[in-house]
Amino acid sequence: MNKNRPVNLDISTIKLPAAALVSILHRISGVVLFAVVALLLCMLDASLESEQGFQEVADTFNSVPAKLILWVALAALIYHLIAGVRHLLMDVGIGESLDGGRRGAVTVLVLSVILILLAGVLIW
Amino acid sequence: MVKAVTGFGRSGLYDWFIQRVSAVVLVAYTLFIVGFIFLSKDFGYDSWSALFEQRWVRVFSLVALISTIAHAWIGLWSVITDYLTNRMMGGKATVLRILVEVLLGAVAVFYAVWGIEILWGV
Repeated sequence: MNKNRPVNLDISTIKLPAAALVSILHRISGVVLFAVVALLLCMLDASLESEQGFQEVADTFNSVPAKLILWVALAALIYHLIAGVRHLLMDVGIGESLDGGRRGAVTVLVLSVILILLAGVLIW
Repeated sequence: MVKAVTGFGRSGLYDWFIQRVSAVVLVAYTLFIVGFIFLSKDFGYDSWSALFEQRWVRVFSLVALISTIAHAWIGLWSVITDYLTNRMMGGKATVLRILVEVLLGAVAVFYAVWGIEILWGV
């Protein structure tokens, strides 16, 4: 093999295959979710405090910025969960081949987009 | 053999296993909460607070919170050890990575204590 063949390690010019896109989104959504835990604990705290607190949490989500934040949080959760299930399926040997991996990755993306849009419809 | 001392379990295999178990717990808890919100007939403060008054729901919530913390530690550890590396930013990467790990640990303790206070209403 020619040792001087050109090598491209500039990640910004490499086209991501579906599986790589699923992987990096899984990481990004995971980092986002660690922050979302604070939001969820905050909501749980207020909603269990009193009837008024519960109502305040519900009322907060009438404003557009709050709806957007909730949607982003749910989007991260939905995506991370589905991509995680793909990992578990691959652990038991489903979708491990090159083709299977590609199909699984595309399935994760399509399913997530559908569910995230559905969550958006439910929020609005 | 070099051991990853800042990992969560004692080895990569433990981390892998804990990551899977916590993931299954979190899927179950997510479906439980989402299912409750959508399937209860008159979802409101009364049914919500009654749900969290049951001991098993509090325990399940605590297990889910602990799973979240373990899962996040293993996941974020993987992320920072991949991107905050000496190859990418020289020797200061180690210092930065340890600072981030200390911060993550502090947030994890904060989440755990806060969650227990909410669930057992201190």
